[in-house]
Amino acid sequence: MSIKKAAAAALVAALGITGLAACGTDDVRGSAGKTDQPAPKTVTLVSHDSFNASKEVLADFTQQTGFTVKVLKSGDAGEAVNKEILTKGSPQGDVFFGVDNTLLSRALSNGIFVPYEAKGLDRIPAAYQLDKEHRVTPIDSGDICVNYDKKYFADKKLAPPQTFDDLAEPEYKDLLVVENPERSSPGLGFLLGTAAKYGDEGWQDYWKKLKANGVKTVDSWELAYNQEFSGSAGGKQAKGDRPLVVSYASSPPAEVLYGEPQPKVAPTGVSTGTCFRQTEFAGLLNGAKNPEGGKALIDFLISKKFQEDMPLQMFVNPVAKDAALPELFTKHGVVIEKPETMAPEKIAEKRDPWIQQWSSLVLK
Amino acid sequence: MALPVAFFGVFFAWPVVSIVDRGLRPDGAWRFGRIGETLSRPDILDVLGFTVWQALASTGLTLLVALPGAYVFARFDFPGKSVLRAVVTVPFVLPTVLVGTAFLALVGRNGLTDELWGLRLDTSVWAILLAHVFFNYAVVVRTVGGLWSQLDPRQEEAARVLGASRWTAWRTVTLPALVPAVAAAALMVFLFTFTSFGVVQILGGDAYSTLEAEIYRQTARLLDLPTAAVLTLVQFVAVGVILGVHAWTVRRRETALRLVPPESTARRPRGAGQWALLAGVLVSVALLILLPLGVLVERSFAGPDGYGLGYYRALGSLDESGTFLVPPLEAIGNSLRYAVAATAIAVLIGGLAAAALTRRRAGRLVRGFDALLMLPLGVSAVTVGFGFLITLDEPPFDLRASWILVPLAQALVGVPFVVRTMLPVLRAVDERLREASAVLGASPWRAWREVDLPLVRRALLIAAGFAFAVSLGEFGATVFIARPESPTLPVAVARLLGRPGALNYGQAMALSTILMVVCAVSLLLLERLRTDRTSGEF
Repeated sequence: MSIKKAAAAALVAALGITGLAACGTDDVRGSAGKTDQPAPKTVTLVSHDSFNASKEVLADFTQQTGFTVKVLKSGDAGEAVNKEILTKGSPQGDVFFGVDNTLLSRALSNGIFVPYEAKGLDRIPAAYQLDKEHRVTPIDSGDICVNYDKKYFADKKLAPPQTFDDLAEPEYKDLLVVENPERSSPGLGFLLGTAAKYGDEGWQDYWKKLKANGVKTVDSWELAYNQEFSGSAGGKQAKGDRPLVVSYASSPPAEVLYGEPQPKVAPTGVSTGTCFRQTEFAGLLNGAKNPEGGKALIDFLISKKFQEDMPLQMFVNPVAKDAALPELFTKHGVVIEKPETMAPEKIAEKRDPWIQQWSSLVLK
Repeated sequence: MALPVAFFGVFFAWPVVSIVDRGLRPDGAWRFGRIGETLSRPDILDVLGFTVWQALASTGLTLLVALPGAYVFARFDFPGKSVLRAVVTVPFVLPTVLVGTAFLALVGRNGLTDELWGLRLDTSVWAILLAHVFFNYAVVVRTVGGLWSQLDPRQEEAARVLGASRWTAWRTVTLPALVPAVAAAALMVFLFTFTSFGVVQILGGDAYSTLEAEIYRQTARLLDLPTAAVLTLVQFVAVGVILGVHAWTVRRRETALRLVPPESTARRPRGAGQWALLAGVLVSVALLILLPLGVLVERSFAGPDGYGLGYYRALGSLDESGTFLVPPLEAIGNSLRYAVAATAIAVLIGGLAAAALTRRRAGRLVRGFDALLMLPLGVSAVTVGFGFLITLDEPPFDLRASWILVPLAQALVGVPFVVRTMLPVLRAVDERLREASAVLGASPWRAWREVDLPLVRRALLIAAGFAFAVSLGEFGATVFIARPESPTLPVAVARLLGRPGALNYGQAMALSTILMVVCAVSLLLLERLRTDRTSGEF
């Protein structure tokens, strides 16, 4: 150890201490400072980037059970699930929230969850409970649907499309923008919706029609919705010129809520015959350090309190029968009566070949 | 020496080796056959071909645009020069999310060029190349311009006096001195564009994929670890070769050149030709760098009813919908905290490494370590991020849920900058000064304080500033690490962009503008501190 090195080390250690001191204060929920061993009183929820819950509701959980929730966001939904598969047996947390029906089979067959039957499960319709062993518990559902720009169709005196068939009609030529199913979950949902509607063979013919009708493909929902779509606020600013986009049934309420200023009526509508139902699940992770806290958290995720908090946090619908929708949703949203659905096993089997076929059909 | 080696071993080598091992040795037996299989797949060959092609094209284009800039910054004196030099460096530390958005607003549908000339470049390879030039302009200006400003013009004048034509004098005197610097800059640009991820993700659309983007796709989307491992190895080898050549050119550059303070070589332009050159460079900077940044700023103020501060005001309030559990403004605090920690780590590790590398007895082994320190610049952030996940799960390194992981990952990228900045200065400290002070009875600590510290203090500050700026803008690694509920600025921007509504979009633009200003201010402060001996090599 030379003189210079010792001195440099001393200097830098001093720097380091000041730096760390700067981090040791008021970090969000005090996550700084106590890092290596989560206290047994902490339960860790791993989720995708879209997870949100209001502070009061999480504080309620702490009051009821004594456990503090720590949230880890792990990328988008597909990425987050893949990370759990990679770290199987030595998970990053206790509970994972956000595996949807398109990813469910992969998660279950890799054994990242252990069974747990949540308290209060009887309040959730059986249609949502896709795993009979209760390795996962349904938490929310949402519909992936085509949204339309109300103003465009009013100006053109044209009725907006309502069904998958409509989208391939000549009066809607060059109007639709969709997301690449390989990179985007709404894109995948829309593809699965067409496959559910037209069958394993028929969907390719339908997409050929869509392609002939000038469908545009972009990589992500952000690009499609905030750049290409003419009905959203971001799209208006970017002068988007596609009045039809694949998004969610809950997008119009979001447009109202985030409008600046808030519009009286939603500027966008939903084509109710173009929907695919997505259900999101949570499960207790295999190898969780705090399984008791994890179980309590899953019970809480389907409690009335949390279920009613979700819609405005994540723009999804509650699955519990006793949870009421907020006014914003009842006023500006639509209930999709007959969405397309598909069994998770089938999705797992067909997903990759379909995406490849779709790519060579639509992108080439 | 031991500490930097340990740091790199634990936080870089171990995660990367583990993830590659997972892909190539799924059941305890190596499957080297997979390398051949993967590399003969046409889709993979396409990706490889495109990666090399776009990196070459980007590098060529960057040199073409930036070399005149380097000359102007080095040789001319004009008002606002230091501000402008800081401004051209800002892109280098901006998160790619932001750059992608800015370029879409510029050359995308109904972007500026579309409105003016009906020209659209989004999802074309031109958008990628332009964004790469935007990012790397500063690399060339700082590396080449830094040296150019210190070459003694009198040497060229001497050649002229001896009868050489202007061209011959430049070709025989200045050019040979510049070649290593140009080569080093070109290699750095090639390295950055070869491993480009964010730009290609955002601007490339479905049509284009680089090696880095493909590694991400294979790992995060398809969970195809074998293919990802093979691609990681390929990238590793390629980056290793680039860095090897780079280290060699840098060593060539450290040969004795007569350097003079930059202030003495810059002067006001004279004659129509020089003014035209200056004007040309200023226009290219305006079009290429100020315009994309300007588009972001303009959009952050453009509310639905004219210009105003509405979006900025919204940043401070917690919207009842709770995109964040904290107001977006707090992301600034988080970013700064992470950046301070990352800077402390990077300066500690980089400083020690630089000190070890300057010791006279430093042999080949240590010099090899010098190149190793540069590797994190070129190894896939995805690989490192996923490697962290599967390695850092046991005490004492159970850090996956800890906030420290983010600054650690950022420091990995910051260390090379610290080393690059510190090395030339430390090498210049004369050993005899220390010996003299020791002879005069100073304790080792005091000798260091009186001799070394004044000499390296500025370099240390510059290095820290760079690490700080890199950490502020770092997005790739940060976004792969699951993090507690405390978003950094770039992550917050990405999150806001990912939600519908005018308010979120406007807030994303406003946060981007704030991030840009923070980066620009810290770089401007650095400009004030620039040492007169060296401009830091990339």
